[in-house]
Amino acid sequence: MKNEYIPFPSQVKEIIQHTDIEYTFRMSFSGDVKPGQFFEVSIPKYGEAPISVSGIGKDTIDLTIRKVGKVTNKIFGHYEGNTLLIRGPYGNGFDVEKFKGREVVVIAGGTGLSPVKGIVDYFARHPEDAVQTTLIAGFRSPGDILFKEDFKDWEKTIKVIKTVDSAPEGYDGLIGMVTKYIPDLPLTDIPNTVFITVGPPVMIKFTIMEILKRNVPEENIWISHERKMCCGLGKCGHCKMDGTYICLDGPVFNYAEGKDLID
Amino acid sequence: MGYQVSREAADRVFEQLGQDYDVFAPKVFAGEGCFSDTDVIRYGKVNTLDEIEWERRSDYSFKEVLLAVNETLFYFTENETTVPSCGEKKILIFLKSCDLHALKKLDTIYLENGPEDFYYKRLREKASFVLMGCSETCENGFCASMGTNRSEDYDLYLRLSGETVSIDCKDPDLQAYFEKEDGKACDVTPGYVTENAEKVTLPKNLSVDSFAKPIWEEYGSRCIGCGRCNFVCPTCTCFTMQDILYRDNENVGERRRVWASCQVDGYTEIAGGVDFRKTQGERMRFKVMHKIYDFEKRFGYPMCVGCGRCDTVCPEYISYASLIDKLAKEEA
Ligand SMILES: Cc1cc2nc3c(=O)[nH]c(=O)nc-3n(C[C@H](O)[C@H](O)[C@H](O)COP(=O)(O)OP(=O)(O)OC[C@H]3O[C@@H](n4cnc5c(N)ncnc54)[C@H](O)[C@@H]3O)c2cc1C
Ligand code: SF4
Ligand code: SF4
Ligand code: FES
Repeated sequence: MKNEYIPFPSQVKEIIQHTDIEYTFRMSFSGDVKPGQFFEVSIPKYGEAPISVSGIGKDTIDLTIRKVGKVTNKIFGHYEGNTLLIRGPYGNGFDVEKFKGREVVVIAGGTGLSPVKGIVDYFARHPEDAVQTTLIAGFRSPGDILFKEDFKDWEKTIKVIKTVDSAPEGYDGLIGMVTKYIPDLPLTDIPNTVFITVGPPVMIKFTIMEILKRNVPEENIWISHERKMCCGLGKCGHCKMDGTYICLDGPVFNYAEGKDLID
Repeated sequence: MGYQVSREAADRVFEQLGQDYDVFAPKVFAGEGCFSDTDVIRYGKVNTLDEIEWERRSDYSFKEVLLAVNETLFYFTENETTVPSCGEKKILIFLKSCDLHALKKLDTIYLENGPEDFYYKRLREKASFVLMGCSETCENGFCASMGTNRSEDYDLYLRLSGETVSIDCKDPDLQAYFEKEDGKACDVTPGYVTENAEKVTLPKNLSVDSFAKPIWEEYGSRCIGCGRCNFVCPTCTCFTMQDILYRDNENVGERRRVWASCQVDGYTEIAGGVDFRKTQGERMRFKVMHKIYDFEKRFGYPMCVGCGRCDTVCPEYISYASLIDKLAKEEA
């Protein structure tokens, strides 16, 4: 019988530095993975942290990690060629098939871009698979912007709004919260538009308020919940909201179902 | 089909059993209770029938035999992980009807909710259960209200009365031990209580709207978040991961899981200080709704078995039983 708690070694193939505290670790992994799924990343003797898949390669997965505490600090001590212990993937993830042939709007805040990056990558590579794809990505300041190289690629094929909450004088990019851009989004066929939004809880709340003002049906909105997780296996209980285990049934939810989940 | 054997014969059987089984049963630990000069009844290994507390309900449930308070999942050495072994012997667990019902809830989480749990399953597979009947109701229990006062799902039922021991055995492996003794065939049915002092009506119309009720704050405001109600509960299964680093050798350590409580600070806290349930009122609501509402919504039967342990242990005298009864009255 398989012991799900035992992590397996995965080699750090490449490290992409976004900011001082946010790096992408490109890790060796072969197997089925979907955007929005996550892995438990272990630092033996320090603990585990659930981390979303931020990119899917042939024999690799990307994990974009923000250094915020005990485990994530230690992960940053690992370099190319080193190994990390991981287990997963867990969770349902996003199903890109559901978004094909529609107008797709992805709205992400900060590291919330990681779990949806696979969707953006897909439609940027296959723009013809959607009627139109728009990415609205918000960061706290210009120094917090992630995936700078990827933005350059995305801008070639899809519509990108990259915005910061605030910036020093002289910044020539967009300034304002992600919510600012929703009222004026040029949408041609609202019933056929899907919104995918991930970020801090407050951002999600206001983003959804704006989306609903555009008369978008609730079933067309997709969200991902971040909760405390100790197992990823439906056992530890920490992630449960009402009768739903975020690690098993989520983290991705259709808003029509996900909105009724109360902590 | 049941039979009776002499106490002497039962003792012999028990000695035999002990060679193949580790036997766990409620035992009295004198002077180790929460308050000074009080005893605590909890599970421990027993070698003779005399060591077992037959009457009083244990303060802590049998669950710690299958889910240790803190359990080493594996040891880390340089680059390897080693899973501790769990012993060769089979396991025999003595318990009461409410706890036998609770076993099903543990199975639900550990074997059915997501992938099977390696550690639970390897113990569960070698465990058999001995029902101890109840002659009178325990303090705070409301098993009759919850329909958990009787159970047929035992491997063995055992009743001591003076010099005779009545048994009903459903497990052929265990049966073999008794067959070696001269037994007198007779009908044996487990004793059970039909009524408790505590009577509880379950609310029938709970929904997400119930989350907004003032009753949660009313009961929760007295809660000090000690978590004892969760630790004594035979159906609470939450844990937190904990890595341990050995001080004398930095290269070696272990990962454990330790019991967790949804009433205690930190249960929902994530990096950056975000805490999804801050007040004890919200935590009380989360616990109670899980016990009598959302577990049932997901799995088809309620979680709570009405053992009453949580009410007995609460240092603030908060009565969960009266809380749910009041919820039901509010509906009427
Ligand atoms: C489904 C999911 C996907 C995530 N994806 C990413 C990602 O792609 N990139 C990223 O940087 N972060 C992500 N996080 C958050 C990340 O898991 C936490 O930042 C991390 O666990 C912090 O651990 P730490 O030990 O460094 O911090 P500490 O603050 O030292 O952690 C203390 C404890 O809290 C727990 N904890 C803290 N925050 C979280 C959290 N958000 N979720 C679950 N447990 C937590 C840890 O397990 C640990 O036990 C994700 C979280 C979830 C639930
Ligand atoms: S909630 Fe209380 S009464 Fe119900 S099973 Fe748990 S400890 Fe027993
Ligand atoms: S035992 Fe009582 S005080 Fe302690 S957490 Fe439970 S309800 Fe609160
Ligand atoms: S993370 Fe443990 S139950 Fe969901």
